[in-house]
Amino acid sequence: MSARVAGAPRATRSTALHAGAWWLWALGLATAASRTTNPLLLGLLIGVAGYVVAARRTDAPWARSYGAFLKLGLLVIGIRLVFAFLLGSPIPGTHTLVTLPEVPLPEWARGVRIGGRVTAEGMLFAFYDGLKLGTLLICVGAANALASPARLLKSLPGALYEAGVAVVVAMSFAPHLVADVQRLRAARRLRGRPDRGVKALLQVGLPVLEGALERSVSLAAAMDARGYGRTAQVPPAVRHITTALTLGGLLGVCAGTYGLLADTGAAYGLPVLLAGLVAALGGLWLGGRRSVRSRYRPDRWGLRAWLVSGSGIAVAALMIWANSYDPAALHPPAVPLTAPVLPLWPAAGVLVGLLPAFVAPLPMRAAGAEAGSGAGAAAEPGAVPGPVPGEPGAGRARVRKSPAPGAPHTKESPQ
Amino acid sequence: MIRFDQVSVTYGDAAEPAVQGVDLTVPEGELCLLVGPSGVGKSTVLNAVCGLVPHFTGGTLRGRVTVAGRDTRTHKPRELADVVGTVGQDPLAHFVTDTVEDELAYGMESLGLAPDVMRRRVEETLDLLGLADLRDRAITTLSGGQQQRVAIGSVLTTHPKVLVLDEPTSALDPAAAEEVLAVLQRLVHDLGTTVLLAEHRLERVVQYADQVILLPAPGAPPVVGAPADIMAVSPVHPPVVALGRLAHWSPLPLSVRDARRKASSLRERLAGVEPGGNGATVPHAGSGASSSGADPGADADPGADADADAGADADPGAGAGPEDGGSARKRFGWWRRREDRHRAGATPGSEPVRAPEGSGGPLAAETVGLSVRRGRIDALHRVGLTVRAGETIALMGRNGAGKSTLLSTLVGMHEPTAGSVRVGGAAPHRTGPRTLLRHVGLVPQEPRDLLYADTVAAECAAADHDADAAPGTCRGLVTRLLPDVQDSTHPRDLSEGQRLALALAVVLTARPPLLLLDEPTRGLDYAAKGRLVQLLRGLAAEGHAIVLATHDVELAAELAHRVVILADGEVVADGPTAEVVVSSPAFAPQVSKVLAPLPWLTVPQVAHALEATA
Repeated sequence: MSARVAGAPRATRSTALHAGAWWLWALGLATAASRTTNPLLLGLLIGVAGYVVAARRTDAPWARSYGAFLKLGLLVIGIRLVFAFLLGSPIPGTHTLVTLPEVPLPEWARGVRIGGRVTAEGMLFAFYDGLKLGTLLICVGAANALASPARLLKSLPGALYEAGVAVVVAMSFAPHLVADVQRLRAARRLRGRPDRGVKALLQVGLPVLEGALERSVSLAAAMDARGYGRTAQVPPAVRHITTALTLGGLLGVCAGTYGLLADTGAAYGLPVLLAGLVAALGGLWLGGRRSVRSRYRPDRWGLRAWLVSGSGIAVAALMIWANSYDPAALHPPAVPLTAPVLPLWPAAGVLVGLLPAFVAPLPMRAAGAEAGSGAGAAAEPGAVPGPVPGEPGAGRARVRKSPAPGAPHTKESPQ
Repeated sequence: MIRFDQVSVTYGDAAEPAVQGVDLTVPEGELCLLVGPSGVGKSTVLNAVCGLVPHFTGGTLRGRVTVAGRDTRTHKPRELADVVGTVGQDPLAHFVTDTVEDELAYGMESLGLAPDVMRRRVEETLDLLGLADLRDRAITTLSGGQQQRVAIGSVLTTHPKVLVLDEPTSALDPAAAEEVLAVLQRLVHDLGTTVLLAEHRLERVVQYADQVILLPAPGAPPVVGAPADIMAVSPVHPPVVALGRLAHWSPLPLSVRDARRKASSLRERLAGVEPGGNGATVPHAGSGASSSGADPGADADPGADADADAGADADPGAGAGPEDGGSARKRFGWWRRREDRHRAGATPGSEPVRAPEGSGGPLAAETVGLSVRRGRIDALHRVGLTVRAGETIALMGRNGAGKSTLLSTLVGMHEPTAGSVRVGGAAPHRTGPRTLLRHVGLVPQEPRDLLYADTVAAECAAADHDADAAPGTCRGLVTRLLPDVQDSTHPRDLSEGQRLALALAVVLTARPPLLLLDEPTRGLDYAAKGRLVQLLRGLAAEGHAIVLATHDVELAAELAHRVVILADGEVVADGPTAEVVVSSPAFAPQVSKVLAPLPWLTVPQVAHALEATA
């Protein structure tokens, strides 16, 4: 088994890792990050996530989002520091960096402070806190970069399919919108107007929205013409049962959650919650029968998916365990100022998260493929049958591979 | 297979029906071509077949449309999805998923086919359309021709009996268009699919059609018949048909091959005659790459109007033919004078940049060893190009060869990674938009991008303001280009050709000496294209340098003095139109293929010569 794991295969449609595995792995890292404020451990987590992303991401558009998440993480740290600088921090400290003039606030705003003393301890605490949030974001960004969001949504149950399509369409619209904005800003330049600045961005807003609206209408037409929304005939009894199960189940989930959280109802809370969940899932399953859709090559959850998701969960579990074992090492104090120490065993635990960089299938690098296929398409005029009807020789030879078109058609016809 | 029974369609609040009296039958296994000028309701007819009209678009449909026995009144588009496959004008608007393989499977998933059937059909379709290498690619990374093939493939997997296509080759380069047409041929011949398609570029498709449906005018009933019969009377027809009509060949040839077999006598008659009359290519017959179409008067003394006019009149090739050239010159006479003054005074920067050898007009733009990198791709690699005043250059090459990048580099949207680019003496990427406006103007691929206002009048006022031109300048240009457009019209309500003319007027308001056009004939019918040709010839005769990126070989043949062919960001050919275009099978216009080895490019050239020799 180890030999099979060691040589990770090239990612093709059939060997590709289940998108859910990447999300479990990333959420595991995020959980671990939420359990510590040790900057060295957090840095290690970022490093692990970054290394795996670098080793296993594709050239797909969503894979480029990792950089954006990194920047977002830095922004979060920055904002946290600015707030701590301007609004002060509840952390007592002795090392004063600067003293800002304090804004006098009215009586009712007591407890809020603007300006005043800025201490090194307060800033350090804010940095630790911001770094924790930033790491969480970066872990989510890693999942986003590694797993195709569309494939993840394909794994949704049939009844949720429509919601999934809405999300996929929205996500493919975002890049189109960005491209539209860029194009229209460039067009402003052609009109002799400045193409930079907020004003330029605002003025292209309306044309961009108009374009998006037009595009969604034509997409809706295309989807309709391609059979989107075909429904199967379901007996009325089944429809009623579906409705009853879904509604009742959701009510049960609400009541059960309330029971669990309230002081008094802990006894009946859990059973009601579970019964509600079962009913709701039953409703979803029955609802799926109304949809005639089938699924093309769904992702399979194989050994590698277990390993990848397991490594993430292991990181989370080890960190939680370390938290009860040696909480001090995971939360270095900001007061008094001390250099944080890297706790050895939790750090080793974090390194388990590197496993996907070795077991996940290798992605295809699209760069080579692109150049190759571009040349191929251009160098193929020989495959084009001559313009004279009656001698499509090349065409016929290639079509032989497919079975006779008439017979399977009638047999497989969906009605 | 498709039956229209006295169909008329009236949209929402329209007074007149969009189409009426449509009564026709398309038998199974035919490739049927729907032709007609813009705005006669071709798309309405196509969408009535797949049920989008009236279920999706609204409006009232009278009569009856049946497809494979199903009445579209009682069947919604989604219930016709297994018998009709529809691909619209813009393949990108058609895609629901993000990779090729998922897209091919999408329609089958909607129909609920079994997984093993889906898998097999996807593999078959990948082979049939030559998409196997692209199966895992993200759709947005594909070229135009590849996207069009994926769009066709995505509706083929459900094994429809009818395929409906709206302008499948209009946005494609000649080679990609051949790819798509080859696929359609194969479907009709081998799978017995019925294909109904609308297309403006008839020269690409008409020879493949079994039947042609002509919608002659808005609201007029369609004329149905064999391709040769319809082409004999059609207001829209490809150059090979125009040549056939001119030479009174019967039956009318539809393909270059048919025409060549009939053309031997015409070739003999034209053998001793020099191509002329059409203008664009004459001055270059022997003189190499530099342009003599430019106006020598501007060179000698740019300030003297009399000189400039005399120069233009003495120039044998500058006009568009006797009648056109004269009218264009009259129309733009006032403007050329202003232009000359402007060149002499307002932009002294352009004066020192003159042709070193003194031949041809002043330099309008020059790139030396220009390289531009976009992302990881070298979009342009060591491109050297000179554009002189009065010269028209066609940039050709397959989709993604770098044509648009070169044009946008000339207006400063991309910074060169190596080499230099000068437009009117300035580096465009370091020049502010307001100054650059006076040196160069670009009409982008989608002219709508240039238009922001909600009426034509507001758009013109904004253009005057942007260009610091006298109020009414732009409106004057619009009136000249589009005589019957109202002030209060919304730019979105204009037809493609009108919108292009409006964008052109907006760009011309600043009187840029260099005018760039990106794919100007996309979506234009032959009449609109003819008007555009007249207009651009007039501008070139006034000393504007024009660069157009185009896939339209017929347009290049009619307009361009020089053709530059780009491939993978490099210039692979640069020379007079007649030399470059005739030597390339992909870029040769139909007339040149028919009359080869004689150097004739366009029908007007031949017509002119025949008149002269008659």
